[in-house]
Amino acid sequence: MNPLTFQFLVIVRLGVKSLLLHKLRSALTMLGIIFGVCSVIAMLAIGEGASYEAQEAIKKLGSANIILRSVKPPEDSRQSGASRGLAVEYGLTYKDGARIQATIPGVQRVLPVRIIRENVRFAQNSIPCQVLGTLPFYPEIVGLDILRGRFLSESDELNSENVCVLTRGLAQRLFPYQDPLEHSVKIDAFYYRVVGLVRERNLPEQRTQAGKMEGQPLDNNVYIPLSASRSRFGEVLIRRGAGSFEVEKVELHQMTVQMRDTSAVETADPQIKTLLARFHSKVDYETIVPLQLLRQAEQTKRIFNIVLGSIAAISLLVGGIGIMNIMLATVTERTREIGVRRALGATRRDITMQFLVETVVLAIGGGLVGVLVGVVTPIIVSQLTTMKTIITLWSVLLAFGISGAVGVIFGLYPAKAAAELDPIEALRHE
Amino acid sequence: MPAAEAIIRLAGVKKHYALGEDVTVRALDGVDLAVQRGAYVAIMGPSGSGKSTLLNILGCLDRPTNGQYFLGGTDVSRMPDDELSLARGRMIGFIFQSYNLIAQLTVIENIQVPLLYQRKDLRVYYEHCVRLAELVGLGDRLHHRPNQLSGGQQQRVAIARSLVNDPLMILADEPTGNLDSRTGREVLELIGKLNREGKTVILVTHDERVAARAHRVIHMRDGLIDREVLNPDAPPPAPGRGEAEANQAQA
Repeated sequence: MNPLTFQFLVIVRLGVKSLLLHKLRSALTMLGIIFGVCSVIAMLAIGEGASYEAQEAIKKLGSANIILRSVKPPEDSRQSGASRGLAVEYGLTYKDGARIQATIPGVQRVLPVRIIRENVRFAQNSIPCQVLGTLPFYPEIVGLDILRGRFLSESDELNSENVCVLTRGLAQRLFPYQDPLEHSVKIDAFYYRVVGLVRERNLPEQRTQAGKMEGQPLDNNVYIPLSASRSRFGEVLIRRGAGSFEVEKVELHQMTVQMRDTSAVETADPQIKTLLARFHSKVDYETIVPLQLLRQAEQTKRIFNIVLGSIAAISLLVGGIGIMNIMLATVTERTREIGVRRALGATRRDITMQFLVETVVLAIGGGLVGVLVGVVTPIIVSQLTTMKTIITLWSVLLAFGISGAVGVIFGLYPAKAAAELDPIEALRHE
Repeated sequence: MPAAEAIIRLAGVKKHYALGEDVTVRALDGVDLAVQRGAYVAIMGPSGSGKSTLLNILGCLDRPTNGQYFLGGTDVSRMPDDELSLARGRMIGFIFQSYNLIAQLTVIENIQVPLLYQRKDLRVYYEHCVRLAELVGLGDRLHHRPNQLSGGQQQRVAIARSLVNDPLMILADEPTGNLDSRTGREVLELIGKLNREGKTVILVTHDERVAARAHRVIHMRDGLIDREVLNPDAPPPAPGRGEAEANQAQA
């Protein structure tokens, strides 16, 4: 071993020995750093986990997409229409889709979707579902996995075929004992042949509509051709409630505008809004831009991290002050030892080094324990709660680095104070 | 190497402390002193006579206000602090009244401490340290802590520690002050033995019986050397080290 390295190891070993002389004191001093490091790691892990889920959900919507949704216009205008016994007419239209496709630069395709709530029946099973009338390229835009059979085809659309694609969970409940691909389901008054099964996606956009009512964890979706939806259900939807009924006229419930690339999204968003505003007398639509949501989520996450991080950093600071306090007391207590060491040939630097090493050993020791506790805490938290936690490497390194820095910064002053002692005075100290 | 080489030479050394605007304490007021290699010198004097200040200056713990101090041929009176620390560790072996061992270190580690500050490789000198521990009769206590040893044993560890860098002189400050008379005598015999083997010893004491073992007794008063007594009863000053070893070989 290199003599210098050996020398350094000797200093570290002697430092550890001095610390072990007062085990309880050293342990209590380290506690501050342990909590500090642990809270940095745990808080960042919890923050990271919380934002991860939100970001994943947004990413599912597609970052190159702009989603337009029909919303019922405000209460009063609806009321007046209903009282006159007229259908409430609102929402996006086929024409809107065509205009967007034709005028907005950078638009790849526009995917129209009609969403109708209806019971789907097979034999004696009847399950409330969302019936989505859409076009064959729906899976590409939304990223839907086809598990069995096929999705809707161009010819289905052209011929307004009575075919449908079911989500897997729905199919399992409708057909507990049969193969769904060999049967048809009844929706409203018509039968639709099952041609494929898809995986549930649980998009937040759909959850707000479907999940709100029954709090279902999974989508119950039936996909039928848009043309079929239009001709079988019509555009006037009548919803019967207890003692009342609502009549709505809605052409399209949703439209997903897919841009050629992500960079076009932000210029297209205001253009689409302007375009729609010109043809809609009231704001009966809303736009969702996943890219912006993603940015916002990242922004929120950053702020969240800064807040959590600073709280944790303050606890590290407090730990550091604790260390400094103890080291100052230690220096006073060991004044005589310092004098002896000076008499035996120690320079001021040697004394500084000795106490600095002791402080850094304390801080790094606390840091190591803190990292261990900090890595375990989020795991326990996610076991006990549903909170997702993600421990990032950088948070561990950051916390550990800060603990080392705390050791140096808060150790320097006591170490300097020790080195500045006059050897004669120190030797005389009782 | 001449037997009478002066390893210590003080020339007009003064140490003044300013206490206030116009009050100055003249702790040392012009001390001239030369100590030969192999000498055994005792410094005596009442409190306030300046003997502690003289000891501090001899031990390079303090620098004189005026005058020069040559230690082993170099003027250390104006040395910067870091160099002085290194010189102190290399040339002076301290023995204190209250032993001043480092509590958290074992016997062998205590002996090693001065090596550490000379940037010496502890592995190379390990055997050396063990031999020193054996020399002072503590070869079987290498891994004991100071609080597991008696006062006499602790003082012997301190003696071994003072020897580890093979210093020019041993500077003992009341080495028997905390010991009972029997262990005190043992410690003094050990110091005497080291002196006979060629080590220069300077000893500060109140005790006439301790001083009686030295060849030269210097009495201090009011910051000056009051008188100096050559001790005819004590064994004659050891000759140069080479001769001392030759004598040992004959015996």
